[in-house]
Amino acid sequence: MVRGDNRLGQYAMLAPLGISAVLVVLVSLALILVLSVQRTDPAALFTEFTLAAYRNEVALPIFWIVLLRSLLISAAVTIATLLLSYPVAYFIAFKAGRHKALLLVLISAPFFTSYLLRIFAWKIILGFNGVVNSFLKTLGLIEQPLQFLVYNPFSVVVALTHAYLAFAVLPIYVALERIDKSLIESASDLGARPFANFRQITWPLSLPGVAAAALLIFVPTVGDYVTPTLVGGPGGTMVGNLIQAQFGKANDWPAGSALSMAVIFSVGLLLALMAGSVKLARNAA
Amino acid sequence: MKIPYLVDVVERRWLTAYVPLFAVLLYLPSLLILLFSFNDGVYVAFPLKGFTTLWYGKLAANSALLHAARNSFAVGLFAATIATIAGTLGAFAIVRYKLRVAKAMTVLANLPLLIPAIILGIAMLVLLRAIGFGNSLWAIAFGHVVVCAPLSLSVMLSRFVDLDPALEEAAMDLGATERKTFFVITLPLSLSAIAASFILCFTTSFDEFVVAFFLSGPEQTLPLYIWGQLRFPTTLPMILALGTVVLGATLALVVFSEWLRRRGPKVAVN
Repeated sequence: MVRGDNRLGQYAMLAPLGISAVLVVLVSLALILVLSVQRTDPAALFTEFTLAAYRNEVALPIFWIVLLRSLLISAAVTIATLLLSYPVAYFIAFKAGRHKALLLVLISAPFFTSYLLRIFAWKIILGFNGVVNSFLKTLGLIEQPLQFLVYNPFSVVVALTHAYLAFAVLPIYVALERIDKSLIESASDLGARPFANFRQITWPLSLPGVAAAALLIFVPTVGDYVTPTLVGGPGGTMVGNLIQAQFGKANDWPAGSALSMAVIFSVGLLLALMAGSVKLARNAA
Repeated sequence: MKIPYLVDVVERRWLTAYVPLFAVLLYLPSLLILLFSFNDGVYVAFPLKGFTTLWYGKLAANSALLHAARNSFAVGLFAATIATIAGTLGAFAIVRYKLRVAKAMTVLANLPLLIPAIILGIAMLVLLRAIGFGNSLWAIAFGHVVVCAPLSLSVMLSRFVDLDPALEEAAMDLGATERKTFFVITLPLSLSAIAASFILCFTTSFDEFVVAFFLSGPEQTLPLYIWGQLRFPTTLPMILALGTVVLGATLALVVFSEWLRRRGPKVAVN
C-alpha cells in the first residue's frame, strides 16, 4: 500500500474544493463585514470605522418588522413543506416497492423547470383571473374574484412551499430508507401497535432527515428575493428585498452589507438556539 | 385478532389517495406553463382562447433570447466542469485519505448552500470589486462554480464511499502508481456519478438567477432575460413557451442521468 506517501499531493486534491466552496465564501463574507462599517461615500472608503450603516438601517423598526416577517414566512414554509412531504417520503420508502426510483425521478423532475417561471405560475393560479378564482366562479360560489389570494404573505408561503417540496422529500426519504426494517418488525412482533411503533421507532429514526430538510428549506427561504418580488405585493416584502434595494436603487453598499450581516447573525443565532434546545431536550429525555 | 389501527388505515387508504394528489399539486405550475404556452391570447388568464403555436415561432425568431440561451450554455458548461472537478478531487481526498481537515471540509463545503443566495450574490460582488474586476459572464461562471461545488461534492462523496477500496489497492499492489490507479481504476468506475454531478451542476447553473443577477454585466443569461421580460405582459406567452422547452429538455436530461446512474458499475460492496 503506497498510500499516505504524498501528504502535499493529497491536500492539493482538496484545494479546488477548498478554494471554491470555502475560501471564496469566507473571504466574501469577511469583506461585507468590513464594508458594513464603512461610510457610504465611496471616496471615503476604508478611511474610518463607523457604525452609521447599522444605526441608519439595522436599528430601524422597519428592518426588524420585515426580518420577523421573513422568519415567520420561512417557518411556515418549512413546517408546511415537511408536513406535506413526510407522507410521500414514507410512501416511497416503505410502500412503493420496485417503483421507488421512478417515483423519486417523477417527484424531482418538475423542479428542473425555470424557478422564476414556477414562482410566476402562482400568479396565474392565485391571480384575479386565475385558476382558483375562475374555478370558484364557474361553480357559482363567488361573484367577484377573491382579492386576498395573491400579493400578500400567504401567496409567498404557498409559492415557496411548492418550490421546496422536492427538497424535503429527498432527505426524509434517505433517512427512512436507512432504517433497519427488522427494528420495525420486531417492535410489531413484541406487540407495539402501528401508531406506537411509528411514534417510537420510525419517527425518531427519521428525525435526522427531517432536521436536514428543515435546515435546507429554512435558511435559503429567509433570504428569498424572487418570490416576495413576484407574488408578495407590498405586504409580503422580505429581507431579500431590503438588501437588494440597497445594492440596487439606493446604491448604498455599506447599508446593504450591514443588513446582510444582521440577517446572517439573526438566523445563525436562531439556529444555534434551536440546536441547543434540541440537545437539552435530548439530554433530559 | 387484527384490528385496523390508526396507522394501518392511514397507510392503506389515505396514503394511496394522498400521493397522487401530491403529484398533481407538484406538477400544477409546470402544467399551467405548458397550457398557456399554446394559448392563443396575450393575457395569461382564464378563460383560454384557442390553440396556437405562434409563441414557439416567436421564440425561435428572437435573437436576444437565443443569445442569452447561448450565454447560459457557456456559463453552465464552465461551472459544471470546474465544480465537478473540484467535487470529484475533493470527495476522493476526503474519503480515501485520513486528512485532518476532512471532517471540517465536509461541513464547511456546504456553506454556499447554507447562506441565502442573495447574500452570497452580494458578497461575491463585493469580492469581485475588491480584487478589481467588473461584472461579466466570467464572474457569473465563477459564482456558479461556488454554488455548484457542494452539490458535486455530495454526489461524489456517496460514490466514493460505496466504491470498494480493495479495487484500488489491488491495482497498486500490481505496481500501478497512485496517480495511475486514480485515472485507470477510480475514475472509470465513477463515470456515472461524474456524469450525474455534471448534469446536476449544469441544470443548477442554467436556472440560477439571484447570484447571476448581482454578477451580470452587459451580457445576460437566460434567467436574467426571463426576469427582464416578466414585466412585459405582451411577451409573456413567449416566455412560457421558453419555459416549456426548458422543461422538456431538462426532463430528458434528468431521465438520462437517472438511467446513467442506474447502469453505473455494480462493484459496490456493502
